[in-house]
Amino acid sequence: MIMSETAPVKAQDTPIDELARICGQVRRDIVRMTHGAQSGHPGGSLGCTEFMVALYFRILQHDPAQWDMDGRGQDLFFLSNGHISPVWYSVLARSGYFPIKELATFRKLDSRLQGHPTTHEGLPGVRMASGSLGQGLSVAIGAALAKRLNGDDRLVYSLHGDGELQEGQIWEAAMFAAAHKVENLIATVDWNGRQIDGDVDDVMPLGDLKAKWASFGWDVLEMNGNDLADVLRTMGNAHGRTGKGRPVVVLMHTEMGQGVDFMMGTHKWHGVAPNDEQAARALAQLPETLGDY
Amino acid sequence: MPTFSVRAHKDTRSGFGAGLLALGEANNDVVALCADLTGSLKMDAFAQKFPDRFFQCGVAEANMMGVAAGLTIGGKIPFTGTFANFSTGRVYDQIRQSIAYAGKNVKICASHAGLTLGEDGATHQILEDIGLMRMLPGMTVVVPADHDQTRQATLAIAEIDGPVYLRFGRPKWPVFIPEDLPFTIGRAQTLVQGKDVSIFACGHLVWQAVQAAEMLAQKGVHAEVINMHTIKPLDVEVVLGSVGRTGCAVSCEEHNRYGGLGDSIAQVLALHAPRPQEFVAVNDTFGESGTPDQLLIKYGLAPSDIVSAAERAIRRKG
Repeated sequence: MIMSETAPVKAQDTPIDELARICGQVRRDIVRMTHGAQSGHPGGSLGCTEFMVALYFRILQHDPAQWDMDGRGQDLFFLSNGHISPVWYSVLARSGYFPIKELATFRKLDSRLQGHPTTHEGLPGVRMASGSLGQGLSVAIGAALAKRLNGDDRLVYSLHGDGELQEGQIWEAAMFAAAHKVENLIATVDWNGRQIDGDVDDVMPLGDLKAKWASFGWDVLEMNGNDLADVLRTMGNAHGRTGKGRPVVVLMHTEMGQGVDFMMGTHKWHGVAPNDEQAARALAQLPETLGDY
Repeated sequence: MPTFSVRAHKDTRSGFGAGLLALGEANNDVVALCADLTGSLKMDAFAQKFPDRFFQCGVAEANMMGVAAGLTIGGKIPFTGTFANFSTGRVYDQIRQSIAYAGKNVKICASHAGLTLGEDGATHQILEDIGLMRMLPGMTVVVPADHDQTRQATLAIAEIDGPVYLRFGRPKWPVFIPEDLPFTIGRAQTLVQGKDVSIFACGHLVWQAVQAAEMLAQKGVHAEVINMHTIKPLDVEVVLGSVGRTGCAVSCEEHNRYGGLGDSIAQVLALHAPRPQEFVAVNDTFGESGTPDQLLIKYGLAPSDIVSAAERAIRRKG
């Protein structure tokens, strides 16, 4: 088989050491995209890299070459915290949804890679606009209901920020999913404890997050989102818990800025792009593995 | 002028309920969502007949809009039902991002619009919804005139691939649009032909406009009455054709004078053929409790108000 630039990776076969190599390249993409645009959100993108790479190269049952809006017979993913678009665009391109070189257009005029993801410019792999927070869980639930009505036994996944859980609509959706027994949905939360204005506990504490989801009727799991082995193990466990009358949520402990030492341990890199010197320092920590775009 | 026989008095929301039931029978992809107002929206029959395709959302309209948007991914055609206020203002950002910007095939069906909601008062009487929905790129906005037309409109919007706002109301209202008149989204209906003034109306105000035309006829004034059941896309051809013959316009709507049908027509006239226009609409204020008839009189939406507006418009022709 001849591999073209956009040929789909055999998602389910990717070994863990290869996943680690992809993570390194995705992190380079994130730094280079936000540096190139001089805007965007590197912190959360870096923190979710292991999860997103594991999702697209191992967990999702999907065929990028067969992409269409309805996604029948495929697993679906919705990014609710749309501001971490750099990591999503990188894994979409690297898994074959669109040409890798298009990452260079991120946030630039006439690009399909808008600052926040959208269907409006027709980018393959994106099924919903997101950015205004709190809306993606409702959308994922609707898509899961459509799969149920269509007799489609594939799953729907979603990702949410922890700060995003401050939006009331999330809890409306949480109630609805339990009431309607949406059992073909795995929601995940990037629980990095930080948001734009500071630590979540200082801005607006979430209380006992596990107990909150459980009391809303969800099956709750936890994992270290920066540990590939734990991600694969826990997401496999989550998969096994679908189809049992309850929606599943995975609370994922991550470090905002993971992989770039000076972006870790602070909320300051939530939505700030590195300058030339900072980008060089970051890239020096992230060896090129698959080739830059 | 032609006289209109009133076949019955029925609420337009019941026309929506009947249309939704018929759609459910005809198309397995039609699904419905409601936020704890199933009885008020007349969605009971659909819910009972198609329980797997009906989703009770509770008092949580924001989530309802998002779930509806998600249901389109997989080919469903979702119809959401709640009051007009909770269908628009309360959930504007959800509609803007997850439905309009995302280009999703959701039908937002809104009852109890305008003053004729009556006794519940201004918290529930939204008078800004047409404007809010009309401003969203790609949104079709439909405001049918009577029960039977609301049923027709419900069926018709299922055929459009894209987001639609369908606005109707609570009170029993004359059913009078001639049954043989074809109904097409985007095509205005000329109900009365006249040479002196063009009266453009939508929703409950179409009946008021027909009555006004009869009163004007007794004074020797020949008014043209046009049912603008589709606010967006507006039937520009009919607007310009009619005003080209009559030389002046009156717009009539159960809505604030800003943002609705009147503004839509004024923009067409300003761009293509400036002529005098008078606005019969709520004068930038909130409503209040009262019966529908009391409120229509107090807020200037009675047939006599349309007559006065027509006479002012004709005088301004010079």
